[in-house]
Amino acid sequence: MSLLDVRNLTVQFKTDEGLVTAVDDVSFTLNPGEVMGLVGESGSGKSVTAKALMKLNAGNTVYGGDSKITLNLDDGPVDVMSLRRPRDMQVIRGGAVSMIFQEPMASFAPAISIGKQMVEQLLIHTSLSKKQAKELSIEMLDRVGITHPSQRFNQYAFELSGGMRQRAMIAMALSTKPKLLIADEPTTALDVTIQAQVIDLMKDLVAEFGMGIIFITHDLSVVAQTADKVAVMYLGRIMESGPVRDVIRTPAHAYTRGLLNALPKLDDLDAPLTPIPGDIPSPLERPNGCVFHPRNAELRPGSRYETERPPLTEVSPGHFAAIFPEDLAGLS
Amino acid sequence: MTAPLIKTENLSVAFPIGGTVFNKQMLKAVDNVSIEIPQGAFVGVVGESGSGKTTLGRSLLNAVSITEGRAIYDDGEMRFDLTNMSKAELKAYRRRAQLIFQDPYAALSPRMTVRDIIAEPLEVMGLTKTRAETDDRVREIAGKCRLNLEHLRRYPHAFSGGQRQRISIARALACNPRFVVADECVAALDVSIQADILNLLKSLQKDLGLTFMFISHDLSVVAHTCDYVIVMHHGKIVESAPTRELFANPKHAYTRNLLAAIPSLDPDHKSRTG
Repeated sequence: MSLLDVRNLTVQFKTDEGLVTAVDDVSFTLNPGEVMGLVGESGSGKSVTAKALMKLNAGNTVYGGDSKITLNLDDGPVDVMSLRRPRDMQVIRGGAVSMIFQEPMASFAPAISIGKQMVEQLLIHTSLSKKQAKELSIEMLDRVGITHPSQRFNQYAFELSGGMRQRAMIAMALSTKPKLLIADEPTTALDVTIQAQVIDLMKDLVAEFGMGIIFITHDLSVVAQTADKVAVMYLGRIMESGPVRDVIRTPAHAYTRGLLNALPKLDDLDAPLTPIPGDIPSPLERPNGCVFHPRNAELRPGSRYETERPPLTEVSPGHFAAIFPEDLAGLS
Repeated sequence: MTAPLIKTENLSVAFPIGGTVFNKQMLKAVDNVSIEIPQGAFVGVVGESGSGKTTLGRSLLNAVSITEGRAIYDDGEMRFDLTNMSKAELKAYRRRAQLIFQDPYAALSPRMTVRDIIAEPLEVMGLTKTRAETDDRVREIAGKCRLNLEHLRRYPHAFSGGQRQRISIARALACNPRFVVADECVAALDVSIQADILNLLKSLQKDLGLTFMFISHDLSVVAHTCDYVIVMHHGKIVESAPTRELFANPKHAYTRNLLAAIPSLDPDHKSRTG
């Protein structure tokens, strides 16, 4: 049984200028022990999607009527959309679902020691005593590769380096043994060497704890190294999804190809960097049909994509792309 | 012809980090750096955070003061000793050397129109005499940076990250500098826009004969844009070589570690932590 099932998720925000669509009819599933990469540029709705899983979006959020998020926990499924009271929400927030944010400095309270913050959340979400919580916290710090964990326990966030802080964040997120871990750009603020360490660590932890991970990033190579499957988002819609090898090696959607062509590659220094033409349109002016069509250089004027929304068509087993079935033949 | 535009000898920049009045503790952010930047080169400086790459760039613009060593700027017409400059010389140097910032959201004043943002350096430096002349120059440079001329009357909030970075580049180039330090100028941008800005910088370098110092933490970006790469670690240069040579055959262990840590796009190729 899948761990997480998201069906027809639509998220809109009420603003002074009108209703802005951030996520538009997104569906996906995640199995235990599976890592899913959620890739897209800024404004693609990847963070809003992740926050919707814990209902963390701001007060002006409007969720679509048929949006359904089901979390299959040990003691039965939880319908996340139906949770209203903060007390009910506690089951998922920090308990069954943990989240790691991009900037580890901003995620820790600066005036409370790391250890105290770790113990605090354990006392809320588990039935451990204060002493047991402290022991578990130190053990977790050790597990994520922090040296002298019992000393680090009493230190403050500013005393740790960027990589250490992100490790402490991961230790804290995992200490409640969540079923689902949402990592929102966890390596973006880090140097490449530290990024490689954090990626390795997360892979080891999946093998050890077997939780599902949603890994949000704008970097396709980070996804290639971490994820089992990937969903590429643009303007709130999934453009392409499938096993990571299929999507990166044989991308079916023009947007995925555009992202890959824009990436500087180390093994071919002469390859020109090809930008995707145009800019991301304002969220108030969503294009009709396929949301990517104004920037798609491969389309001829007057094509179906300008007026009709392409369905997610299966390209190969488990690999879907938002294209019309007749365009499948053109792919090699 | 290949005389260096910038030449430094044992350049060091130190910052005080506490200690007592009599026993000041100093942190050497840049430590004994000797480099030569040829005219018209696109030189990349890479390193992790705290390696001193930004401080090196700023010291060459005289935005932080040099503690020890020498740095000379010589473009054939003007020559400046960066360690010993009068106010008038500094003013003249600012016309020759400019900086492009990392974050295009923070670098542009939200209360000025794009035209005013690009025109400000021209007016402050007194490079143009009449408003019409300023407007002509603004339109010229905005065109070169592929900005839509009809957008000049708008405010920065109306633009996306890539367009803002183009405005910020136009502003830096308005006074016709010879030497430009680009400090992580694509780090805040999406990959598709990053490619666009990198292509723009390269074409501007060719068209205007600029010399670039391109500071970045991203080795693959540097590999694609720069002719020459300097690798910094703890304020020191660990390796410097032409780009191809450095990436084909990195000599220093630190450079090899950095290269090995870059995640590969191939899911079956595992990158390793050093």
